Amino acid sequence: MSTENLLILAAIIFTIGAIGVMVRRNALVIFMSVEMMLNSANLAMVAFALAWGGLEGQVASFFVMVVAAAEVVVGLSIIMIIFRTRRSTSVDAASLLKL
Amino acid sequence: MNIPAPTFEWFELSPLLIVLVGACLGVLVEALMPRRLRFVSQLVLLAATVLAAIVMLVINWRQGSGGILAMGSISLDGPAYIAWGSLLVFGLLGILVFSERRLDNGATVFAASASSVPGSPLESEATTARLEHSEVFPLALFSLAGMMVFASANDLITLFIALEVMSLPLYVLSAMARRRRLLSQEAGLKYFLLGAFSSAFFLFGMALLYGYAGSFDLKAIDVAIAAPTFGPGLLYTGIAMLAVGLLFKIGVVPFHSWIPDVYVGAPTPVTGFMAICTKLAAVIGGVRVFYVALGAERWSWQPLLAVLALLTMAVGAILALTQTDIKRMLAYSSVAHAGFLLTAVVGALAVVPEGQVNSVGSIMFYLIAYGFAVIAAFAIVTLVRDSAGEANALSGWSGLGRTHPALAGVFAFLMLSFAGIPLTGGFIGKWAVFSAAWRGGYWWLVLAAIIFSLVAAYFYIRVIVVMFFGEPNRQVAVGKASGMTWVPIVVGAAATVYLGLFPGQLLELLAGAEVFWR
Repeated sequence: MSTENLLILAAIIFTIGAIGVMVRRNALVIFMSVEMMLNSANLAMVAFALAWGGLEGQVASFFVMVVAAAEVVVGLSIIMIIFRTRRSTSVDAASLLKL
Repeated sequence: MNIPAPTFEWFELSPLLIVLVGACLGVLVEALMPRRLRFVSQLVLLAATVLAAIVMLVINWRQGSGGILAMGSISLDGPAYIAWGSLLVFGLLGILVFSERRLDNGATVFAASASSVPGSPLESEATTARLEHSEVFPLALFSLAGMMVFASANDLITLFIALEVMSLPLYVLSAMARRRRLLSQEAGLKYFLLGAFSSAFFLFGMALLYGYAGSFDLKAIDVAIAAPTFGPGLLYTGIAMLAVGLLFKIGVVPFHSWIPDVYVGAPTPVTGFMAICTKLAAVIGGVRVFYVALGAERWSWQPLLAVLALLTMAVGAILALTQTDIKRMLAYSSVAHAGFLLTAVVGALAVVPEGQVNSVGSIMFYLIAYGFAVIAAFAIVTLVRDSAGEANALSGWSGLGRTHPALAGVFAFLMLSFAGIPLTGGFIGKWAVFSAAWRGGYWWLVLAAIIFSLVAAYFYIRVIVVMFFGEPNRQVAVGKASGMTWVPIVVGAAATVYLGLFPGQLLELLAGAEVFWR
């Protein structure tokens, strides 16, 4: 597969993730969409690493995976406590803080 | 295959390492110390860590060491020294307020058990048992270490990791308030989801810049812009997406929407810590990326940043006018201040007359002056209380000048500094950033900034009027705080006076430390 195709795939996955964040109302699904965006960036970095023939991009994608795992720990715990408090993970329900 | 061992400058990087080690020791204290000793030992550990880091920083500074360290991932240059120093000072002052226990019957502002459901038997059990989360100190230290790396990162991977290290503890800290827990949890959720969304943009932008330059190194990107291998499409998309992540952390319109909610929902000491430390790290780190890596492209990003600065000042100043909650007003004022700061960025690389600070120096002065004032202001917000906790509604502050003239006087002075009235640190800061923008040739931006400063002055002065000319509110009293709150207030106010009367010393220091290493 050429770099270009990989990049187009990465851009498509990123866009799906971004749209998911904006249209879905469930905090968990939003979070999964964000993870998808992170992984699309990983794909792009690996594709560029192939094109440039270096290892930097591949190493970076490992760092991103570690960061994503750390984010899961923090994010899921926040979503969990919200769910236990409100019995719902809808972000529309979280509207006490308004303008 | 022969892999050369990486070099690592232990001594030069020691301030950073000390903070990281201190945070790790804090986790150990949490695991090993008996419960009644934990709080005190965390506090001692925190103070020792930060003071040791400051001492090492000063020793390094006196020796004149610095340069590109740790295999090119950290750049310890003048701005990094200033950022580390001010982050350590503001971090210590901000985290001290975390440990205030006299205001709320011997409990901190953090929930007894953050994982318990609000209103559940588990929660009241934890409260009766007087449990407390002393983990907040190591969390804040980890965040502080992330900020220090962010302000000095010399490649994009380090920058991304630092972004997450500084943000993740803050997401947790924001969700841990003892009072108004639903609001606090909601603030944590919003901060987390929006923060993760923006860092995904940052990451994709970083990937595109890597594709453009073939390296994550800031200097390599600069070189690639001078001699491009690819067309500019990759570069422009990369810059735009990277900028989304950076501007989100600074709180620039249109990426500011999290600021009011998170500032209101988070426990007030955490808000004070975030208000300056996150902003300082994000601004210095962001400016480093824009100047060092993308400096050659400044004709494409400067006009855009000028427009965003204008929008940020306008939205921050105008929306702050309508607020009736003191924390929310300070949040919108922080958005406006982000706009004032950004005006200096458009003065990048302008020729500076001998003996004056350039745009980086003026940004750093502004941040330091703003930081002292904002830490003291949020510490004062924790003091004004009614039976349900803090009285954040502006009506509760009515007549405070008659019942507590000294405290209200200090708060009024801080408001004047935010407004940029002469003889305060805020005035010198505004003067410095506006003249940097002026030298950059953006006279219309300076004009707009002055107009919005006047708009902003209106709502700061409104607080003063309410405090000194309103009828005293009988339900509201000023809590008896310990030194943990008073020290930041006194230091912050004194530094604001000092910077207003004698700015010369700091300006001179900054003028010698304002050039990024490349």
